[in-house]
Amino acid sequence: MMAYIARRLLQTVVILLGISFVTFILLYLIPADPARQIAGRSATAQTVENIREQLGLNLPFYEQYMRYVGGLVQGDFGRSYLQKTEVSTLIASRLPASLLLMAGAITCELIFGLTMGIVAALRRGSRTDDTLMIASFVGVSAPQFVVGILLLYVFAVKLGWFPIGGYGTFAHLVLPSLTLGFLGAGWYSRMMRSSLIEVMRQDFIRTARATGNGRAKVLFRHAMPNAILPVIAMIGIDIGLFMSGIVVVESVFGWPGIGQLAWQAIQRVDIPIIMGVTLVSAFAIVLGNLLADLITPLIDPRIKLR
Amino acid sequence: MRNLLLAGVCAAALMGNPAFADDIKQGGEMTVTYKDDVSTLDPAIGYDWQNWSMIKSLFDGLMDYVPGTTELRPDLAEAYEISGDGKIFTFKLRQGVKFHNGRELTAEDVKYSIERVVNPTTQSPGAGFFSSIKGFEDVSAGKGGDLSGIAVQDPHTIRFELSRPDATFLHVMALNFAHVVPKEEVEKHGADFGKNPVGSGAFKLAEWTLGQRLVFERFADYWNEGLPKLDRITFEVGQEPVVALLRLQNGEIDVPGDGIPPAKFVEVTKDPNFKELIIQGGQLHTGYVTMNVKMAPFDKVEVRKAVNMAINKDRILRIINGRAVAANQPLPPSMPGYAKDYKGYAYDPEGAKKLLEQAGLGDGFSTELYVMNTDPQPRIAQAIQQDLKAIGITASIKSLAQANVIAAGGEENQAPMVWSGGMAWIADFPDPSNFYGPILGCGGAVPGGWNWSWYCNEELDKKAAEADAIVDPAKAAEREAMWRDIYVKIMEDAPWAPIFNEERFTIRSERIGGDDKLFVDPVHIPVHYDQVYAKDVQ
Repeated sequence: MMAYIARRLLQTVVILLGISFVTFILLYLIPADPARQIAGRSATAQTVENIREQLGLNLPFYEQYMRYVGGLVQGDFGRSYLQKTEVSTLIASRLPASLLLMAGAITCELIFGLTMGIVAALRRGSRTDDTLMIASFVGVSAPQFVVGILLLYVFAVKLGWFPIGGYGTFAHLVLPSLTLGFLGAGWYSRMMRSSLIEVMRQDFIRTARATGNGRAKVLFRHAMPNAILPVIAMIGIDIGLFMSGIVVVESVFGWPGIGQLAWQAIQRVDIPIIMGVTLVSAFAIVLGNLLADLITPLIDPRIKLR
Repeated sequence: MRNLLLAGVCAAALMGNPAFADDIKQGGEMTVTYKDDVSTLDPAIGYDWQNWSMIKSLFDGLMDYVPGTTELRPDLAEAYEISGDGKIFTFKLRQGVKFHNGRELTAEDVKYSIERVVNPTTQSPGAGFFSSIKGFEDVSAGKGGDLSGIAVQDPHTIRFELSRPDATFLHVMALNFAHVVPKEEVEKHGADFGKNPVGSGAFKLAEWTLGQRLVFERFADYWNEGLPKLDRITFEVGQEPVVALLRLQNGEIDVPGDGIPPAKFVEVTKDPNFKELIIQGGQLHTGYVTMNVKMAPFDKVEVRKAVNMAINKDRILRIINGRAVAANQPLPPSMPGYAKDYKGYAYDPEGAKKLLEQAGLGDGFSTELYVMNTDPQPRIAQAIQQDLKAIGITASIKSLAQANVIAAGGEENQAPMVWSGGMAWIADFPDPSNFYGPILGCGGAVPGGWNWSWYCNEELDKKAAEADAIVDPAKAAEREAMWRDIYVKIMEDAPWAPIFNEERFTIRSERIGGDDKLFVDPVHIPVHYDQVYAKDVQ
C-alpha cells in the first residue's frame, strides 16, 4: 500500500512537470509581450527593455523554463506581472474559498444525485423515472453561467432569500454550491441509477431478499455499497470538472477563489498567475484520482491496489 | 517675467459652484464594486483606469485639477513660480501636510518620489513623463544617482530645472506618477508597497482582503479641511458588472465601478427606475481609423480624404447604441484645443468617388483593415468595410488579438488601415499635446511605436515643440490656438479618419450626492471619491 502511494506520488511529480512544460510553451507562444504590457503605452523603448531584462524575458526559452522550475522546486511560483504580489500568496489567500465551494458542491451533488438516482432506479420505467432523468439531462447540459444567473435572479433578487453574490456566510455558499453541484448531480443520478439497477439484478440481492431481509435493509446494507462504487470513483475524477466549473461559477457569484483569480489573469494575460493556478489545479486533479483509487478497495475488498 | 500664483485665491474663485460648497457635512459611506482585483495602489506603478482615481485619493501631488474639470490648480504646492525661459519651476509646499503614518511631508519626499519613478529598478510605466527634467537620461539609463535637475532649497521649497521648456510640466506634476510617497514606508514594504500604500491623501487604506474587498477610511489629519466628504468607502472586487447592477437595484451598493455592461445598456437606459441615476459625460478619448501613409495607395492624400468622406459615422454610432459622439478631428470635444468650428469631412460617398478618380483609382483597389477581435470592434469594422465598398475600396478585415494589432500597427509595412477601437488613445492628462507626440508625431512613427499611420510632418513637429515651449500661463490661450491649428493642419493631410469620441455612462445610487460632473470627472475616473457625499447624513 505505502509503496503504491509512493509510486503514484512520484508519477504525480512527472505529470506536473509535463503539465508545467506544456503550459509554459503555450504561454510563451502567446504574442502578448509581458514587458510591453507592464510598461504601459507611454513607456519608452528603454523602459520596456529594462523590464524585459529584470524579468529575464530576454533569455532563451529553455533558460526561462529552467528558472521557473528552479523556483517551483523551492515553492516559488514567481510574482504576478500585474498584481505585483507573490503568486503563492494570491493562491493561498484564495484557496480556502475554493475548497469550501467544492465541499458545498460535492454535498449538493451527493444529496441530489444519489437521491434522484435511487428513486429513479427503484421506480424504473415509471413516469417519476422519466421526469428525474430528464431533469438530470438538463442538469448535465445547462451552461453553468446561465444556471448561476437564473438562480441569482430568482432566489436572490426576486425572492431575496439569499445574498446577491459575495462571500462570508453560509447563505452566501448556497447558490454557488447549487450551481456547481447541478452538473455533478445530473451525472451522479444517471450513474447511480444504472449502477443500482445493475446490482439489484445480481444473485446476492435475490438471496438477501429470499432470506427475509426487508426492502430498506436490502437496499442500504447489500445493494448500496456495491452500487455506489463507480460514484465514489467519479468524485475523484470530478475534481477536474470542478476546476473548470469554479472559473465560471466563482466569476458569476463574485466568489473569491482561485477560479476567479484564473479568469482575471487570463483576461489580462498575467502569465505567472495562469501558470500557478494551472499547476495547483493539475495537482488537485491528480490527487483526486489518487484518493479515489485509494478509497475503492476500502469499499470493495475484491479490488486490490498493485 | 515671473508668475506667482496663489492657490488660495485661485481655488476660492473656482469654488463658487454650489456643488462643491462647504456646507456639505462629512460622514456616511459608500460601496463601489469592480470586476477585477485592484492590481496595485503604488502611484509609481498603477496605470489602469480602475486604480488611477483610487491612488489619487490615497496620495497627493504638487498639482491637481479643479474637481469635475480639466483646470489645473496647486494641491500640495501652495504656490509655484515659472522662470521666464520656462525651464525652471519652483514649488512652495504647504505647511503641516502629514503622511498617514504621522510624519510631515517635505520637499525631500517629493524629490525621492520622482527619482524613484525614474529609477529603472522601479519598473514604472510613467518614467518617460519626466524626460524633460535635467539628468533624466543618466538616471533612467540606470546610472544611479539623483536627478541633477531637482533641488530641495528648504524643507518646503523644491526647484526643478528642465533641459527644455515644457508647458505640460504642471500636468506632469499632477499625474499619479508624481504623487508623493514616504521613503521609510517604501523601504519597509519593498516590492509590496503597492499592497501597503501610505500617502498623504484624503483617505487611508484600512483593510485589503485579497480578492474580496478594500476599505478606505477618512484620514483625520488631512490637510484640506472639509475633505473627504465620506468617512468610508468599501470597494468590493470580483463582482460581475451584471450582478453589480442587480445589487444596485437592490440598494446594496452605490457605484458599479465598471459601469453599465454593454449587453444591458439599452435596457438600463430605458428603465425609468434608473433614469435619474445615470450620468453621461465626455471622455478624453477618440476612436479613429489610421491609414498608413507609407503604403500605397494611402500615400495619396486624395485617397485618405476619400476614406474620411466614405465612412457613415452615424451608422457606427447606432451599432454601439449611441455610447459616443461623432468625431471629425483627433482631439475629443472636452480637450482644450478642440476646434469647435471645424467642420471636418462630411459623409459624401459621391464626393469620395470623385476624389478616388482624381487619384487615378476610379476602379477602386483592395486593402486590409486591422481590428481587435472583441465585440463590438469587428462589427464596427464591418460597417467601415461596407462603406468603403460603396466607393469601390475592397477592404478585407484582419481581426486579431489586441497585442497582435498593436504589433502590426508598429510595423512600417504591415497594416494599411487600423481601426483603433479597444486600443485607442485615452489621454493621460488634459492637454492637447498628449494626443500628438506618440500617435501623430514623428517620434511615434518608429518600429513598435503607436503612430500607426506613420505620418511624420516635420513642420508640424517643429510647431508642436514651439507650442510646448510656451510655458507662461498668461499665454495659455495662444498656445491652445497653436495646437488647434496643428490638429486642423493634420486633418488637411488626413492620416486618420476620426470616427467617434466615446461617452462615459456612470450610474450611482440615490443616496450618494454630488455634482454630476464629479461622476464623470475627466481625471478621477470613474468617480471623484474625495468629493462625493452621502445624502443620509446631511
